[in-house]
Amino acid sequence: MADTTHSSTGLSQVGATLLEHYRGQVRTRRIYTILVVIGVLVALFAAMSYANSANSGKFFERLPYMFDFIKNFMPRDPFEIFRAMFGLESPYFDGSAKYDYTSSNIWLTDTFYIPNFIYQLVVTVNIAVVSTIIGGAFAFFLCFFAATNLVGAGAVRWIVRRIMEVMRAFPEIVIAGLLTAVLSIGPIAAIAAVSLHTIGALGKLFFEVVENADMKPDEGLKSVGASWLERVRYAIVPQVMPNFVSYGLLRMEINVRASTIIGAVGGGGIGEVFRLSIGRDYAAQTYAIIILLLVTIIAIDQFSGWLRGRLVGDASLNFGKASV
Amino acid sequence: MSAISAAERARLEQKFPEVFKTSFFKRHGLIVGLVATVFYLVFCWFFFNVGPALQNGKWDRASIYVQDWYSWRATPRLRFGEGGTITPQWSSRGQYPVGAEIDWLTPHDDGSMTVTFGSEADRLDITTTEVQVYVGGEAWPVMIADGAATAPEGAPAAIQQDRQKVIVDFGFEGQAEIRDKQVYVQRRFFGWANFLYDPKSPLWGHDFFSSIGLMFSGDRVNPDMSNAQFVVNQWLNNQAWQHADILVKLFQTLVMAFVGTLLATLLAFPLAFFAARTITPNRTTNWLMKRFFDFIRSVDMLIWALFFTRGFGPGPIPGIAAIFFTDTGALGKVYAEALENVDDKQREGMKSVGASPASVNRYGVVPQVLPVFVSQSLYFWESNTRSATVIGAVGAGGIGLKLLESMGTNSDWDKVAYMVLLILFVVFLFDNMSTAIRQRLIGGTGH
Repeated sequence: MADTTHSSTGLSQVGATLLEHYRGQVRTRRIYTILVVIGVLVALFAAMSYANSANSGKFFERLPYMFDFIKNFMPRDPFEIFRAMFGLESPYFDGSAKYDYTSSNIWLTDTFYIPNFIYQLVVTVNIAVVSTIIGGAFAFFLCFFAATNLVGAGAVRWIVRRIMEVMRAFPEIVIAGLLTAVLSIGPIAAIAAVSLHTIGALGKLFFEVVENADMKPDEGLKSVGASWLERVRYAIVPQVMPNFVSYGLLRMEINVRASTIIGAVGGGGIGEVFRLSIGRDYAAQTYAIIILLLVTIIAIDQFSGWLRGRLVGDASLNFGKASV
Repeated sequence: MSAISAAERARLEQKFPEVFKTSFFKRHGLIVGLVATVFYLVFCWFFFNVGPALQNGKWDRASIYVQDWYSWRATPRLRFGEGGTITPQWSSRGQYPVGAEIDWLTPHDDGSMTVTFGSEADRLDITTTEVQVYVGGEAWPVMIADGAATAPEGAPAAIQQDRQKVIVDFGFEGQAEIRDKQVYVQRRFFGWANFLYDPKSPLWGHDFFSSIGLMFSGDRVNPDMSNAQFVVNQWLNNQAWQHADILVKLFQTLVMAFVGTLLATLLAFPLAFFAARTITPNRTTNWLMKRFFDFIRSVDMLIWALFFTRGFGPGPIPGIAAIFFTDTGALGKVYAEALENVDDKQREGMKSVGASPASVNRYGVVPQVLPVFVSQSLYFWESNTRSATVIGAVGAGGIGLKLLESMGTNSDWDKVAYMVLLILFVVFLFDNMSTAIRQRLIGGTGH
């Protein structure tokens, strides 16, 4: 084939055209990538300068104050932190609330007491656990009505999914605030707020799991004339339960954090105590709470990770991912 | 179906031991778990004092607060003056301009005043000595004398004597408190009052469609600017609803989530390479980096937010910092896990042609993990849009703080509802946007 012209790269004409087109596409792609990156960076810097101008203190002006604050925000001696943590009397106690670690302790008997911070921490963790149970239970019953493979793509699915979306996106502080106005400050507001969010968040994860379930057991039951309820109970639930439990435990980890934050805006518990102590410059108490919270959150994460591994094995979280 | 014989039963038990002899946990685990959960919930009922708290709740107020979400109250105090005159006195959140003609509040020439509650059959005819209360068309005279208002004998349940005053309840339409020197009227209407313009605005009284009409009609209401500009200007500067302020605060919240997540992504990206066992073969570095991620992730977002609020003062910066610190840890962990799961073949291919370590990562690893990284960051962005609201409430500013302030007054629930709708709208918008981007990136196959 002598008449076929060869380019300098030693390719046939077809090959050269292909290469040229390929290079052209790579170039276009690269330009698009660069444009997107530039766009994101411009947006980032614009947003940052806006944030700086909207803040009550400017970033670089306040940075030295920030370091001063950290430097000066120190307890009088390191043991103060542990005295605050365990409700022991402080040698610096002068009648002010700053060094008063004992008066809020909860005395169970004449000799045995629960330190205040630990009690508040128990309250917060309980809020998280109760909310996860309540939210998980509702999500469990709702999720089957949102799964296409069980109810089809009709009105039921649409309504249930929208309910879940609204519950997920509804600002938690509004529910907490409304209930606080009615019931006064307390854990019920926090439980309601966190539970509602949990229904929405878990409901979504649950129905995605249900939609990825193997439908063969369902068909088997259908062929012997099982009702819808029986099919869900014996064909779907046993398959999805490990993943539900695993997602529920993950949610519990998140809810511990959520209930501290909600606590700070009116739900009670450790969040509120923390907000007060950092706002009033009680360094020892603040550090005591930070350490307690850090230890608790790490402990709960580890425990739930261990439990997940034991209950459902490593494969649990890959269920949805593998089959999508 | 007939019962099976004992021998058959024994044979079955022997043949399928795994079916008949399961562990106690497997057989009764569900029941035990449920009973334990119920016991725990009962314990919490008492631990949190749920019973007494529900009993002491101000449930009558709750219904008012909920009604305030979708309706509004006009609350004039009709004060009795000298010589039988009655003057309405409006609260600071007066919903009518001075001298406005109000169709449910009619003054008469003799100084008396009529307040109607929905229809002529439910109304008050007020003079300074006697109030004729019409409930369902029937008149009940409430006499005002000797420093007290007195309900008539045999009055219906809607008219209640409360010590010195008489309270008339017209259901949703409102209620009235008749006292010796004033009648305090609460008149409820469906919808949001003055959502477009406050009573001080020259455009008060225009509805949405007439405002649109005004935008395109010739005569300038304000000679300094065009009508379209004036309408938008008056709407934004509505003193009762503070649209401009609310929108700015909402924008601040969005900025917090955007900048916080993006900065966290930018920092977590390089750090994750040090944390991943497969990329950096140095166990000490891996371990240190992973513990660092665990640490900043486990310090609560609340702690970061309050800490930086003390340092930088309220505003978006503490919000950004809180999200940045928590999510650097969380994203770093997720990224490192993704990096440890990459397919080794592509790296080996790069290595086999003698590429430098940087090129191995650039061409052997990054193309594999980038879609996962971006998709995870988008997930975090979505969820941060929500959590930025709460972070704002504890002091970082933005729409969260605005919500908390509005709820604190206990009379701005309509504004709370408005902000909730805005937040829901924005969250849905962002959810759909990030889902669309994610699906384009990973071709709808998931990861």
